[in-house]
Amino acid sequence: VSPETLYAAAGIGLMALGLYGAIAVIDRIRRVLAVNVMGTGVFMVLIALAARPSVGAPDPILHAMVLTGIVVAVSASGFAVALACRLDQPEDETGTDEDTPVEKGTR
Amino acid sequence: LNTAGALWIVASVLLPFALGLLAFVAGHRVHRSVAWISAAALPLAALGLTRHVAAHGVVRVALGGWGRPLGIELHADAVSVLMLLLSAIVGSATSVYALAYFHVERSPGGHRREHDGASSRFWPLWLMLWGSLNALFVAADAFNVYVTLELVTLASVGLVCVEGGRAAQSAAFRYLMVALIGSLSYLFGVGLLYGTTGVLDLQLIGVALVPGPAATVAASAMLVGLVVKAALFPFHFWLPGAHSNAPAPVSALLSALVVKASFYLVLRLWLDVFAIELAVSGGRVLSLLGAAAVLWGSAQALRTPRLKLLVAYSTVAQLGYLFLVLPLLHQATDRTLVMTGVLAFALAHGLAKAAAFMAAGSVAKTAGHDRIADLAGVGAVQPLTLFAFGIAGVSLSGLPPSGGFAAKWLLVSAAISARDWFIVWTLVVGGLLAAAYVARVLRAALRVSDPSAPPARARRSPLDWPTAALAIAVLLLGFAVDPMAGLLAERLPALVAAPGWLP
Repeated sequence: VSPETLYAAAGIGLMALGLYGAIAVIDRIRRVLAVNVMGTGVFMVLIALAARPSVGAPDPILHAMVLTGIVVAVSASGFAVALACRLDQPEDETGTDEDTPVEKGTR
Repeated sequence: LNTAGALWIVASVLLPFALGLLAFVAGHRVHRSVAWISAAALPLAALGLTRHVAAHGVVRVALGGWGRPLGIELHADAVSVLMLLLSAIVGSATSVYALAYFHVERSPGGHRREHDGASSRFWPLWLMLWGSLNALFVAADAFNVYVTLELVTLASVGLVCVEGGRAAQSAAFRYLMVALIGSLSYLFGVGLLYGTTGVLDLQLIGVALVPGPAATVAASAMLVGLVVKAALFPFHFWLPGAHSNAPAPVSALLSALVVKASFYLVLRLWLDVFAIELAVSGGRVLSLLGAAAVLWGSAQALRTPRLKLLVAYSTVAQLGYLFLVLPLLHQATDRTLVMTGVLAFALAHGLAKAAAFMAAGSVAKTAGHDRIADLAGVGAVQPLTLFAFGIAGVSLSGLPPSGGFAAKWLLVSAAISARDWFIVWTLVVGGLLAAAYVARVLRAALRVSDPSAPPARARRSPLDWPTAALAIAVLLLGFAVDPMAGLLAERLPALVAAPGWLP
């Protein structure tokens, strides 16, 4: 088995694991982690696809895509963790934004 | 000649981003000016681009002079400009509405109340969302689509919780998780497509793609990702919570524009990339799910006790139609007609749903709640608001004269000519169900709350004008279908004659 096939297979495995975790786990921080595991799996598949054994140097476009994907994943994870932390605080501590009359009705 | 078109495209994308940054840095002092500038300038840019595309055809801009296959290009054809027009009209009406919705009465000491926080979060995020949506509508390559999709997601989720509140934050978190999974699935597909074709430009992929297992897996991953984000049944579970717990102007934007962006991409992939047998088999599945969405969304809208939830479930149902009719793009004899019907439907739903959410927001703000059972008297106090909701309801049910009627007329005729009775019946039954849930609201709101009390004075609110403007726009759309068909027929040559397009 060539190394890039191994990478791709492991990537698909990570994707499946992450997806399962994101759906099945209840804890919010762990769900954020699970989505990151899934993302890492996708990135590994892309990196495996970038391998060009005959040329030697890997395909730079796929690498650029992975780099961009990592930047997006970091910012999205930061946002998700911030939301998760707010939600994990007890109700009365969630802060000063609560006095909105309309939304009270829909709660 | 192309420079004028390039200017309109770049303005549509750059202006909202620049104004959004300004709103973020300069804070509440500039909100009013930023809102009016964007509300005035972006419809002009969209109109200018539409006229340019109508006169000269597709506009392509290679950013920084770097063209495909390596560089980033922007691409505006008839479908893109119609979506840009929708985002411009709904966007400017929502901006005007949001100015009044988030308005803060300042006490004499200049002390600002808490609501100001929501306003200063809303404007930067909304303008970022506007720019990202416009960038998505003109993205020419599959990877740029991924980047703009993520920008749209992050801005939308942020907007859901601008007012804070636990229900909104919880819905926002769920929305974010689902949207991220959808984007990753899409990205996986893009990687596979690039791995097999060596290009990222959507049209070039369409030319280079050879049917096979890699193409099938890539197409499925991309479509599943987009369908999750477009909230097609059974992936709609995140939508009602996120759209109904958001502040009313945000609900309007999410239902009218954001879910439409994912559908637009499905359509784009259908037309440009997977114009092979793949689209035919996939289309059947999506069509069945669409029919289930129409029935399930309408049934929930008939049952829910809350007005904003009713409008959100109606979005689930209306999105179903867009997927329901996808097979007609292959079956019908006149594909331009189907395409016009699909886009007219997307536009009509965008305008009507924004108006409906805005009206629901005004009702909730005045009444202090949105329980449908307790809406008695609203018809007397807020006649203009209810009138706008009624017009939006007419279009959602597909009754004349409205954009919704014109769109359904085209789609029903296309389905009849293709002898697809399943689609015909779903369209008809869905329309009846929509009329029933709209009537449910109108009946509750037109009741007199207390017959012995003196008649209530009608109240006027600045929230009513943008709402009514959208309601009128959806009526006018009923008459704009012919020019739309002309634009699509002339400027989408791939649609009229594509060799090997039919199975």
